[in-house]
Amino acid sequence: MQTPSVGTRASRHIVQNEALLFEVSSPGKRGYQLPALDVPEAQPAQTRDDIPDFPELSELEVVRHFTRLSTWNYGVDTGIYPLGSCTMKYNARINELVTRLEGLGDGHPLQSEELSRGALRIMRLLSQYLLEITGMDAITLQPAAGAQGELTGIMLVRAALHARGDARRKVLIPDSAHGTNPATAAIAGYQVENLKSNANGTVDMASLERQMTGEVAALMLTNPNTLGIFEEDIHRIADLVHERGGMLYMDGANMNALVGRSRPGDFGVDVMHLNLHKTFSTPHGGGGPGSGPVAIQRELEPYLPVPVLVERNGSPALDYDRPHSIGRVRAFYGNFGMFTRALAYIMANGSDGLKQTTEDAVLNANYIRKKLEGAFALPYPTPSMHEVVFSDSLQAPRGVHTGDIAKRLIDYGFHPYTVSFPLVVRGALMIEPTESANQAEMDEFIAAMRAIAAEAETSPELVTGAPYSTKISRLDETAAARNPVLRWRRTQAAAGF
Amino acid sequence: MRYLPTSDAIRERMLADLGLDSIDELFSHIPEYCRLARPLDIPTGRSEAEILQFFRAAAADNAPGFTSFLGAGAYYHFRPSHLDNLIGRGEWFTAYTPYQPEISQGTLQSIFEFQTMICQLTGQEVANAGMYDGSTALDEACMMAARVTGRDGLVVARSVHPQYREVLATLTQHRNFPIEEVGYQPDGRLDLAALRAAVTPRTAAVAVQSPNFFGSLEDWEEAATIAHAQGALLVAVIAEPVSLGLLPPPAAADIVAMELQGFGIPVGFGGPYAGILATREKFVRSMPGRLVGEARDSQGRRGFVLTLSTREQHIRREKATSNICTNQALCALMASIFMATYGRQGLRELARQNYAKAAYAAGACAAAGLEVLFPAPRFHEFVVKPRRPVAALRAACTQEKIIPGFAVQPHYPELGEAVLVCVTETVARPDIDRLVQLLAGK
Repeated sequence: MQTPSVGTRASRHIVQNEALLFEVSSPGKRGYQLPALDVPEAQPAQTRDDIPDFPELSELEVVRHFTRLSTWNYGVDTGIYPLGSCTMKYNARINELVTRLEGLGDGHPLQSEELSRGALRIMRLLSQYLLEITGMDAITLQPAAGAQGELTGIMLVRAALHARGDARRKVLIPDSAHGTNPATAAIAGYQVENLKSNANGTVDMASLERQMTGEVAALMLTNPNTLGIFEEDIHRIADLVHERGGMLYMDGANMNALVGRSRPGDFGVDVMHLNLHKTFSTPHGGGGPGSGPVAIQRELEPYLPVPVLVERNGSPALDYDRPHSIGRVRAFYGNFGMFTRALAYIMANGSDGLKQTTEDAVLNANYIRKKLEGAFALPYPTPSMHEVVFSDSLQAPRGVHTGDIAKRLIDYGFHPYTVSFPLVVRGALMIEPTESANQAEMDEFIAAMRAIAAEAETSPELVTGAPYSTKISRLDETAAARNPVLRWRRTQAAAGF
Repeated sequence: MRYLPTSDAIRERMLADLGLDSIDELFSHIPEYCRLARPLDIPTGRSEAEILQFFRAAAADNAPGFTSFLGAGAYYHFRPSHLDNLIGRGEWFTAYTPYQPEISQGTLQSIFEFQTMICQLTGQEVANAGMYDGSTALDEACMMAARVTGRDGLVVARSVHPQYREVLATLTQHRNFPIEEVGYQPDGRLDLAALRAAVTPRTAAVAVQSPNFFGSLEDWEEAATIAHAQGALLVAVIAEPVSLGLLPPPAAADIVAMELQGFGIPVGFGGPYAGILATREKFVRSMPGRLVGEARDSQGRRGFVLTLSTREQHIRREKATSNICTNQALCALMASIFMATYGRQGLRELARQNYAKAAYAAGACAAAGLEVLFPAPRFHEFVVKPRRPVAALRAACTQEKIIPGFAVQPHYPELGEAVLVCVTETVARPDIDRLVQLLAGK
């Protein structure tokens, strides 16, 4: 019974144990060999004696260690990864190959522009494509990730409002927003004001009308929002924000629902960031690196971070002479290796493939919504785009919550959806299949979800005790936080697996 | 489209299942004026062969096959061949943040090992799972010091990487934090008397880099003593992690803000890289960024989880320590594999080779009659005045597929036409000898 009999992709397989690097280490082993030193030996007066307990392994042991560890993970390459809001889509290998080409992977950020023409052309072409996709006027590729893109965007707003002589102190953020939005606004020195959603899960116009005062610098809106719902009043929202002298910031985390179908530049957005690791398929890598380009309307252009990519004598060049710039937000030019990957993705898809991709992502989310409706409660009847948010309200009376359903899903061989987000839905199950899920596997996923809903009725303790099929069962996170052990020390060596 | 696992026939069936005639119906709630009525002005999808051809042409239009003496915050080191092979496993690079520990133990254990190795190297008690890079890590370290001390003054050595200082100025501008810069002595090291004068009871953080931007080595203990005398924290900035194989660790510092690119992360036109913060245990709850901790399951088995997340934006929202979300996990993993491969002996030997090569190169420059600035001990970089203008030097070097180093004048006009030269283990002696000749105008 613990092992599901229907709708499962999970099967048993040998999983290797592997201790920590420091526990498999043994004095005197080495996994490297340097070429013989071809200059005289030399050493500074002051050196460290040793790096106590630093690992010592052969090359084979390093390879086995990190291979064994990898088998304890689940990736997009393993199967459906319906983590809502994260957009876990296929990461093509060609993107990796072109990034590592000699001349790109080994290009130094400080080599002269004359020796970086190819790199600058890549940045220019990616910029052009992203501007065409968003309908915006100008762009910077420099921000290191989505959250840094948000910060850059809000700093641009601040600079532009300052130039208008209209400094303001608040940023309005809907309650459905990602946590990075309020954190960003606070770090940029703004007071954060919460904007409530209405019964449709979208911006409540009456609240906006009341809260959009002369003190508000920007409204930070995610569109489609984190419920997967397009803000149908976007025109009125943008007009209202603009009439009251503020700016409309769009969090582009969900741009994968719009590419080729709708452009933020055409519906009143002043500034937005893109997550190249979401919409444009640069790999998530277990938690980064990301890349967060910021696209803007013309008014904000003077304030872009330096250097700005410009045209000089028909070639792309870098402009450092920008007196109104907010300054540099990251060393060098940003995560260039993500630019090559995103560009290769856009080229592979083309205008036709990008649009098809958007349509398939929306079709898949709606397919899952239709097939799971009834088994799980749908808090908002509003049409879904690329993701659908259910709640655990049908299961909660039996003591089964979204986190339990997620853990049980692992026993069926699937990575869970996003748990307990967005916060506006109590017990949220946020499901984003992306275009990379095929119908057969979605049917298996749906069968698994329905089976879990049935288990929640008949044997709730089965669900609340899950998972059973993993290397370890649920970990005591409370104890881990109360008495944090954040590194290995020699005294712990006897701990074992 | 070759990436899409859905055929037209399946699309038809799925639409029929949903009771729809056309995909357009799923977009019909988007107001008319928001819809794009034309195809994007981007060429239609291309084959792998065509994509490869485009990127090969672009790659060739940079500097492939050149011998480079550039460093200045991005360093060439040999990358073991198993490194890319390992991180190319889909279980590593197509996974996401380990929010579900039961099926993410690989990522979680590797981060726990990473945090441990960073502590061992830096002499600090705790390290986070990663920041964007060294430049933003410096900003986060200064913000953290401000939280810990309740003060706002920043004192920063002018010998900290110029771009790191630019980023710090950008990211702190709206806070109006007073930032005072402290100069360097003729020997290339921080002017300690000036530092002593600059640090006041308002100072939250003193930021010092070693090896500094000129490659010179600073004394962590001296800097810490001066900072601590006024109750300020010392932020140790390290742009080249390989230096820690040989040099005394910044154990006296309160926060270490380090760039990890030198540990096997491709130079790749400046990113992606990874930074880290390491600190004392007592400051851990003020530290931004992800942390992995040890935990036990119901049967007492050891596992690892993301922990202390009440510091982070997804829980604390506007009250979080930072808005950072990522920990540059894949870059941190590269650094872990690199550290595990070189290990206890290898990292020392690697650092020694770098030191010896640069010492040889600086000695050869001096022997050729060139002025090598800053006599203080250095790691693998030094500043030298070429016998001809930088533009002429560059042109001559390009002819021979050599990049001579970084011209420091835009950032340090007082140094004139001087070049920061970096020599790592990737450069052979004949290339060093040729560079010296070119610098000497031969």
